[in-house]
Amino acid sequence: MVELQAKSPFEGLLPLSVGSVGVSEVAPGHLTSIAPFRGQAKALSAALKDAHGMAAPAPNRVTGREGARALWFGHDMLMLQGPAADGALRKHAALTDQSHGWAIVRLEGADAAEVLARLAPIDLRDSQFKRGHTARTELRHMMASITRLGPQSYQVMVFRGFAETLVHDLKVAMQSVAARAVGSG
Amino acid sequence: MRITCPTCGERDRREFYYAGAAVALDRPDAGAPPEAWDDYLHNRDNPAGVTRDLWYHEYGCAAWVVVTRNTVTHEVLKTELASDVKGQGNAG
Repeated sequence: MVELQAKSPFEGLLPLSVGSVGVSEVAPGHLTSIAPFRGQAKALSAALKDAHGMAAPAPNRVTGREGARALWFGHDMLMLQGPAADGALRKHAALTDQSHGWAIVRLEGADAAEVLARLAPIDLRDSQFKRGHTARTELRHMMASITRLGPQSYQVMVFRGFAETLVHDLKVAMQSVAARAVGSG
Repeated sequence: MRITCPTCGERDRREFYYAGAAVALDRPDAGAPPEAWDDYLHNRDNPAGVTRDLWYHEYGCAAWVVVTRNTVTHEVLKTELASDVKGQGNAG
């Protein structure tokens, strides 16, 4: 058996810090997409709660906590981030291992929302996008998942092959926000 | 232009892919006459006014959305999930 070595999609790229904003890699643990079978959404939610401690999130929301989260990930689609999916879920949903398919970062700092607002066409104001909210949206032409983790903290996911592009685009936006902060100060 | 996805809320047009008239949801029966298939496959209205078409929320939740809109005023009158229109939603 060949011994394969896990490599980070962000090797040599992160962490990164510009102005008040920092980007760090998130090691996802396991990532499993969960697509409930027709009519099984409620049963799936109960099974998810039994197995992993969180109910299925409503659209545009996340449930769970650091280390074991369920993200709403699209039409009839969830993503379990952290633990390996319990086999009991298979009775109610199609499970697909995506552990190495996504590049995940945490964006943190006073101007984190300002940075994201330069890249994604969604309403990120505090009144509209709160802790526990998530969105599937576009981030500079990449399909992304953006989740608010805290007052100044966001998780951003893109396909693994876009890791370098994500870091580049975040860096340009961070520099732009930092430059304006200096200019107005 | 902004489209209200029934799942995600109001979103920018760039998140959507346009797929043409919603006639695609009304597939004729297998035994339908050739004229019905001709209409289904080839013939499209080009109304100055209200039209119904299919949009795919490809950068968002990946749902197909039936959008009723006015081509003259650019007003979006109604948006529905195609899965609900077809009566095959995954609710419950």
